[in-house]
Amino acid sequence: MNAPFKPRFSRREVLAGGGALALAFSVPVSAIAQAPAGAPAAPRLPGDLQTNRKLSMWLRIEEGGKVRLLVGKVELGQGILTAVQQLCAEELGVDFNRIVITSGDTSLVPNEGVTAGSLSMPGCGTAVRHASADARGILVDLAAQRLGVDAGKLDVADGTISGEGKQITYWELVSGQELEVEATAKTPLRARDKRRYIGKNIPRIDIPAKMTGQPIYVQDLRPDGMVHGRIVRLPVYDAKLVSVDTSGVEKMPGVLKVVRDGSFLGVIAEREEQAIRAADTLRRIAQWDVPKDVPTSETVYDWMQKQKLQDIVIKNDSRSNSTAVAATIAVEYRRPFHMHASIGPSCALATLDADGMMTIQTHSQSVFETRNAIAMMLGVDRTKVRCQHVQGSGCYGHNGADDVAADAALLARAMPGRPVRVQWTRNDEHKWEPYGAAMLTRIKAGVDGNGNVLDWDYQLWSTSHGTRPSSNAGNLLAGQVLEKPFPLPVPVNGGPPNYAADRNAIAMYEFPGQVVTTHFITTFAARASSTRGLGAYANVFSIESFMDELAHRAQVDPLEYRLRVLKNERGRAVLQKAADNFGWANWRKAPGRGRGIAYAQYKNLATYCAIAIEVEVERNTGKIRVLRAVAATDSGEIVSPDGIRNQIEGGIVQSLSWSLKEAVRFDAGGVHSDDWISYPILTFSEVPKIEIELIDRPGQPFLGAGEAAQGPTGAALANAVFDAVGVRYRELPLTPSKVKMALQS
Amino acid sequence: MPVLKVNGQSHNLAVPDDAPLLYVLRNDLKLNGPKFGCGLSQCGACTVLIDGQPVRSCVTSAGAVVGQDIVTLEGLGTPEKPHRLQRAFIDEQAAQCGYCANGMIMRAKALLDTVPKPSEGEVRLALDGNLCRCGVHQRIISAVMRASREA
Repeated sequence: MNAPFKPRFSRREVLAGGGALALAFSVPVSAIAQAPAGAPAAPRLPGDLQTNRKLSMWLRIEEGGKVRLLVGKVELGQGILTAVQQLCAEELGVDFNRIVITSGDTSLVPNEGVTAGSLSMPGCGTAVRHASADARGILVDLAAQRLGVDAGKLDVADGTISGEGKQITYWELVSGQELEVEATAKTPLRARDKRRYIGKNIPRIDIPAKMTGQPIYVQDLRPDGMVHGRIVRLPVYDAKLVSVDTSGVEKMPGVLKVVRDGSFLGVIAEREEQAIRAADTLRRIAQWDVPKDVPTSETVYDWMQKQKLQDIVIKNDSRSNSTAVAATIAVEYRRPFHMHASIGPSCALATLDADGMMTIQTHSQSVFETRNAIAMMLGVDRTKVRCQHVQGSGCYGHNGADDVAADAALLARAMPGRPVRVQWTRNDEHKWEPYGAAMLTRIKAGVDGNGNVLDWDYQLWSTSHGTRPSSNAGNLLAGQVLEKPFPLPVPVNGGPPNYAADRNAIAMYEFPGQVVTTHFITTFAARASSTRGLGAYANVFSIESFMDELAHRAQVDPLEYRLRVLKNERGRAVLQKAADNFGWANWRKAPGRGRGIAYAQYKNLATYCAIAIEVEVERNTGKIRVLRAVAATDSGEIVSPDGIRNQIEGGIVQSLSWSLKEAVRFDAGGVHSDDWISYPILTFSEVPKIEIELIDRPGQPFLGAGEAAQGPTGAALANAVFDAVGVRYRELPLTPSKVKMALQS
Repeated sequence: MPVLKVNGQSHNLAVPDDAPLLYVLRNDLKLNGPKFGCGLSQCGACTVLIDGQPVRSCVTSAGAVVGQDIVTLEGLGTPEKPHRLQRAFIDEQAAQCGYCANGMIMRAKALLDTVPKPSEGEVRLALDGNLCRCGVHQRIISAVMRASREA
């Protein structure tokens, strides 16, 4: 957990640890930056050690019996800081509670890029594990010299190294010393039978504070002199502010300043409700130019096909056998835009110091790249902007966090010396966060006489899933509308191995022939960016729905139909486990009830996840009741079983909410899904019983679990509904009106 | 100038009567429990107890609750001495981001005060107006059931 808010501490202050005990595992910068020409390339290091190689970037032995762990990944509610603290405690050989974590501060921590893509365990977890083991190895070697005992005869327990009747602690050992070391990742990891933390359910470090109202969220920061800002966003996409008479608002009670720069309009007031009132007034009197001819949430699927397309063939395996095609089946699936819809709207604080330093407290997933984008927007050097991560409300991808940080910076620039807190409204968040992009997919399969796939042709249409700050002011809402605007960069689809719109578009089944084509659209119908799973949600929904269709057509059990062509053993294991735990083999159909199953390995390289769902459909209302969801997952070696369980459980609920209820509605009048009534999400009475089994793979790499459930859940749901009522739903979400209409036709 | 009784203490506040209670609690009394979620009484993150009743503080003006007993999450317990509901939420690890937890705990407190041993269905019904986006509903239900057993 981050230390209590202290805005002006420097890297030197933190890393000095306030005393002589700090052990800097540092390497002279010259040794890295100026390697002699012709020197052998540095060895590949695991995880994010590859890009942050010095041990001093990650670890400090600090006075007072403490260890400081510095990480670039941040806590989003996914429990990552607890998991990496477990790894550090285990491999360094200290008690869990000795560790203090600093995360996501651009002045202090290793740059690990964005906290996204289920990459925190593979990247950060792996790095912390090896950095901690390396540090232990170095300390044991130091102790061997000091104690005159062979290193092989020394053991470590809670930072005390002992052997042959002698002992010394880490903190005694490093007093006054400096080491200059780069990670090697060659120190043996702790033996499995000596583990205290890996694979154990260690309670999350942040939960007690959250349950008792301790200040832990960015929304809770209240530095002295803080003032409140609100932004008046455009009424619709691409609107232009024509005129606004600010003189009346400037005289309203508590109003300190109205800030206008192009179409960016904000207000600062002493009290929060005064800022709200002033912003409401500005919103009422501002005159805007609004575009007329725009795509709508209804026309978007046609709109996508009419855009200039980048056609990318990502897989092209032609069939080598000459078996005759007995039938060709072609279908189309659709998913709408949907929201991250965090319960707490985005918030940030920014302060411009007398020395020109802009310090921003933010719940961004990408503190470094957001810092760079904001520096570009402000026209200042990157060294003049510092971003510090402080937790916000739930984060499931690129939401309003970065935009509100930019908003706060613009207001803070207009009021030097005062910390400015900007809180987005519910309306701001619903209308302006970048959504998960709508997608259209078409699959055509040629099957043999037994219904087995011979040729598989998969095509997808999508706008970008990646408009993160990426060090460019054009990706910030405010940056795009300033008097001198920064243009939105032309988006680029992410390529292999992670992919983006086409994430999980390649079916993991052994089909004799498979061609996959991405039709990537570089314009936008609605603001869109990374949302939990990116294209995987639509692609897995499509592939796994179609597999179900083909199985039913071939009159083969959908589980068996998949197992015929799924050769990956770990994939087969989760599929079989989910089916067994569900009671697939002995399940008896009752009227109105149905079961469905679906499987995917997230990104085709991360967590294996299979989900079986049972539903009941009310024919007269079209209402779907999800009775239970049974999942099995394999995320490689497990560090925190309950952490993975929580992610899969939450992923199932969120994906059920998307799949049953959610679609953003917009037209020329703007986004109409602007609150929880117009954009409802799943509630307690609708959440099913969820059972999860985790398959542990000791010694295997961490795979990352945060997004694995999104795709399989949607498909298993639609498959269960088909089983219940015999109607195939190919357009999400499966709302009661849609279900009812199809049942009646 | 409302005088508010919050968590057993009286506060003379130099704030307008029509200031939303949520902002007074958060900004003037520096309490963190009640959260801003929607400002529309739709999500429940801002829930406090007023004379024992769960109330959405985002749409309640400070002037309207003068003289009444206002209890926030901080009034239930502390990290060192948590209320049984807070303890149960921690034991069940009933959170991801935890932003909705204030509303869940305060609403559940009002439930257990009137129905000490609720059924799971009663818990679901009581919490149905409180939104959680991370999807920890099942854990929250388990936590409330656990707290009811440990009464």
